[in-house]
Amino acid sequence: MHIDKDLVAASATPLVLAILEDGESYGYAILKRVRELSGGELEWTDGMLYPLLHRLRRLGYVTTEWRTPKEGRRRKYYAITDDGRSALEEHQRQWATVTRALGDVWRGSGGMMIAPGEA
Amino acid sequence: MSNVESQVAEWRAYVEHAPNVNGRDVDELEGHLRDQIAELDAAGLTADEAFIVAVRRIGDLDTLSREFAREHSGRLWKQLVLRDHDEPTRETSGVFEALLFAVAAAVAIQIARIAAQFPEEQAGWLLRNVSLFVLPFLAGYFARRRRLSLRQSLLTAAPFVIAAVVINLYPFVEGSATELLVAAHLPVLLWFVVAYPYMSGVLRSHERRMDFVRFTGEWFIYYVLIALGGGVLLALTSLILEPAGANPERVIEWVLPSGAAGAVIVAAWLVESKQRLVENMAPVLTMLFTPLFAVMLAGATVVYAVTGFGAAFDRELLGVFDALLVVVVGLVLYGISARDPSSPPGWTDRIQLVAVVSALALDVIVLAAMIARIGGLGFTPNRTAALGLNLVLLVSLSGTAWLSTRFLAGRSTFHPLERWQTAYLPIFALWAATVVAALPPLFGFI
Repeated sequence: MHIDKDLVAASATPLVLAILEDGESYGYAILKRVRELSGGELEWTDGMLYPLLHRLRRLGYVTTEWRTPKEGRRRKYYAITDDGRSALEEHQRQWATVTRALGDVWRGSGGMMIAPGEA
Repeated sequence: MSNVESQVAEWRAYVEHAPNVNGRDVDELEGHLRDQIAELDAAGLTADEAFIVAVRRIGDLDTLSREFAREHSGRLWKQLVLRDHDEPTRETSGVFEALLFAVAAAVAIQIARIAAQFPEEQAGWLLRNVSLFVLPFLAGYFARRRRLSLRQSLLTAAPFVIAAVVINLYPFVEGSATELLVAAHLPVLLWFVVAYPYMSGVLRSHERRMDFVRFTGEWFIYYVLIALGGGVLLALTSLILEPAGANPERVIEWVLPSGAAGAVIVAAWLVESKQRLVENMAPVLTMLFTPLFAVMLAGATVVYAVTGFGAAFDRELLGVFDALLVVVVGLVLYGISARDPSSPPGWTDRIQLVAVVSALALDVIVLAAMIARIGGLGFTPNRTAALGLNLVLLVSLSGTAWLSTRFLAGRSTFHPLERWQTAYLPIFALWAATVVAALPPLFGFI
């Protein structure tokens, strides 16, 4: 299934914020998690994650820190802030409304037939 | 594995050359690339295959660079990569267009000068209207350059027409204080009008407002440079002409007004097209002058806090202080606009805070002295204008000081500080408009 580019872009921010709410992480791990969660359906160009993360940082939704874990290489870790959590809640509200509306309309229209002669 | 190492190094060098991607971004991307290669390696791909797949997954560099540019509009403005997509630029026509508008402004000011018989006569109307002979051409230049629609062009012209009608219908008493105040505030107001065509008519955009602030700062630097060069040229010309029996003053009379008017448009063109030239210089100048101003302001604040103003507080001193505070606010504003918003707090931010807090203290002292003076002697046009300006600056500086302290304390990002500056810009324009339009009738045009 190919998911529309605009839809991928719109869901990127809440997805990343939600992943970071489970605990701080770095770019590569965030992307792996996105693939896991979507069963590989959400196709991101890897590089695009970074401008997005920088935007979240500028807006104060995440903080960053360069760290070298015991075994591994130096990485830039991102952690969610309180502002980020409230932004995530707002996103959740919006998405809930959208999915509810879509669900309602699809359930409703499923039983309806287009009148002959029209359309 | 050494083969992959050299491939990664090559890739890194290539990415580093991309506009809008800086060293730290590349570090992060390289880490990503290596993680990906390691995982693909473990999945059984050969080193070469792993490298190719990993690079492909990162995405093509042009798109990535543009995406970084969108996020870091400061870098974008340096590289102008989005230009090619949003608004195609015409390379060669730029010079002629700019020169055309510059010559038009030069001619307009010259006609006005001859009509007013300046400098033999010191006509008040010329002083009031001087910016109206120059800035409409700058606005026109941007309207053409940004290819504004007819409606937007009319919206650009409207404020100039209204201003011209208002200040020429007002029955000013010749040489009155209100007339001088209008002469001082109208250029500021009209400069904000130029912002409309400069920002392609999108007034609400935070990023474009920041671009306009940068433009203003850089335009100022270029203008000063042109003025210095022009001054040397004029001085040499008069030295050469004097022995020949010509009167250099007559020459200067003709050259200076036209040169000063034309330079307004030429400086704007330089900022637009020779961006790289000034972008290296401007941050250096801010870094140089912010500490100097900080020291000077801190010293002045201490002195005046101890001694008070006493009898020395008169109109001239007040003017000096207001000019100083305006310069500081301008410097801070430009400093903020030229800063990379994603970098952590540094020493320049601390020094800037010192300058802001000192300016704030000085502003409070000046305000106290002024209120005492108004209490004793009543309102005059000058005192009202100065009081208003000081209050406008007080609010601006307080906001800056508060947000900058929060930023330095690590309690917020740089973003709110930038937002505050751009959100506050209309207040300056509004105040200038008030002085131009409301103050003269309030005080009976005296």
